[in-house]
Amino acid sequence: MTETPAIELTGATKRFRTPSGALHTAVRDLDLTVAQGEFVAVVGPTGCGKSTTLTLVSGLEEPTEGEVRVYGEPVRGIDPKVGFVFQQDAVFPWRTVLSNVMAGPRFRGVPAAEARERARDWLGRVGLAAFEDRYPHQLSGGMRKRVALAQTFVNDPAILLMDEPFSALDVQTRALMSDQLLELWAGTGSSVVFVTHDLDEAIALADRVVVMTAGPATVKEVFTVDLPRPRTVEAVRLEPRFVELYREIWASLGEEVRITRERGAGRAA
Amino acid sequence: MPLETTSASAAAGKSSAEGKSAAVTTRTEARERAARNRKLRVYAARVAVLLAFLGLWELCARTEVIDPFNFSQPSRIWEQIRQWVTHGTAQGSLGEQIGYTLYEALTGWVIGVVGGVLLGIALGRIRFLADVFGPYIKVLNAIPRIVLAPIFLIWFGLGPASKVASAVVLVFFPVFFNAFQGAREVDRNLVANARILGADNRKVTLQVVIPAATTWIFTSLHVSFGFALIGAIVGEYIGATKGLGLLVAAAQGTFNAAGVYAAMTILAVVALLTEGLLTFAEKKLFRWKPADAGDGR
Repeated sequence: MTETPAIELTGATKRFRTPSGALHTAVRDLDLTVAQGEFVAVVGPTGCGKSTTLTLVSGLEEPTEGEVRVYGEPVRGIDPKVGFVFQQDAVFPWRTVLSNVMAGPRFRGVPAAEARERARDWLGRVGLAAFEDRYPHQLSGGMRKRVALAQTFVNDPAILLMDEPFSALDVQTRALMSDQLLELWAGTGSSVVFVTHDLDEAIALADRVVVMTAGPATVKEVFTVDLPRPRTVEAVRLEPRFVELYREIWASLGEEVRITRERGAGRAA
Repeated sequence: MPLETTSASAAAGKSSAEGKSAAVTTRTEARERAARNRKLRVYAARVAVLLAFLGLWELCARTEVIDPFNFSQPSRIWEQIRQWVTHGTAQGSLGEQIGYTLYEALTGWVIGVVGGVLLGIALGRIRFLADVFGPYIKVLNAIPRIVLAPIFLIWFGLGPASKVASAVVLVFFPVFFNAFQGAREVDRNLVANARILGADNRKVTLQVVIPAATTWIFTSLHVSFGFALIGAIVGEYIGATKGLGLLVAAAQGTFNAAGVYAAMTILAVVALLTEGLLTFAEKKLFRWKPADAGDGR
């Protein structure tokens, strides 16, 4: 309790005005604390407002009510300590791979030579050193994701927000990327909030799994994942404790998924 | 054409006799040859269409099915162009006329493009400006701008300035609307990513919005150079001392139909050449785009 938590959401609520003019509550009265260096996975039914939680922490959006703090400071605009990996491709298509990874440091005023050196270092770590002159359209989806990871990690973010980053990848690439993420993260000591709808992925990666309710999202239950690190995704999945946790968390999550589905069916009828 | 086919089949026959090991290569070769032949056939057909059109025109004019005084005929048009090239026009050498028109069109185009892009991006990025100026731009756009040419003639006189002005108003609007749209339609993820990575508003505009909008802007550049030429020509047609538009007007004034067509032909060639240059520049600039998107246009 002596350490300031990396992220602290207290009573955070976010309402949007929909195009039709109605008010839509995406997040309701959300309390969540992430310790420094902790890996937290957030799972919840589709469209419940998980991503909105991330945009609140990043400063891209402000909460309608409640407060969001990063390292004890209230969030006002975009915090330079934050890195964000998006669900969709967000690398710049007109820049080469190297230039994409250099973008962050350059935006922040780092001299070109130093930025290039740091970018090359991170490209090496994600295994793309040989591709620095390519344009994103010349790469596979998994490689583009690795560019996005390098682009984010090169800024040394103390807080890493990830919004279903691997959901567009095929299953095998996904497992590889998860392992790579754990490896990259291990060296940095940064705090991670990883939003996903894949419970397997959540348990394999995280220290704690937060289950969200059906929208408007708020925290339903928090589970501690007491699996030893370092982990590899394929190995950890076979452990009995993993299966136990999966059953436990799914009991909680499945209910919310069912509620969401029933609502959808009600709307469709 | 028949000559080509026989030589191709003869070559195929010879290579098939060379044994099975070469079968794969001959098949690839045959495919390549087929592709080449197809290309040749397309070109040949194109030339044939042109020749047929010109031939029919010439024939109809000679047999007086159409009145050559009104419709002229290809041989006369050709003669007219030849004469202009060798002896110059009544207004000076032909090169000088082309140079004037191109100078006016190009100046107007550059001014219109720069203005359109700057204003389009500014209004696309700054909501307040868009809300204030939006209606005025719509009103101005609703005016058929070609009727402004006589007004510009009164304002700026017979010199190039009035033609440049009419080219500018024709070019500005399509470029503006494309740049505006381009700035508005930038992928929100890209902007969010840039901001998280540390870009301020100025950097987002310069390094994200403008590159993302270049595709849109370039689409309008193609169309708008044509507009610039129209602006210059119409301006010259209404009143000028030099230029291709003046050639048209002068030829029309002396009931010289061949002269009108000849000036039109020269104009078409000039327009095609500049269009080719633009395409070349675009290919250089858009190396980051997947090839199929570039060729699909």
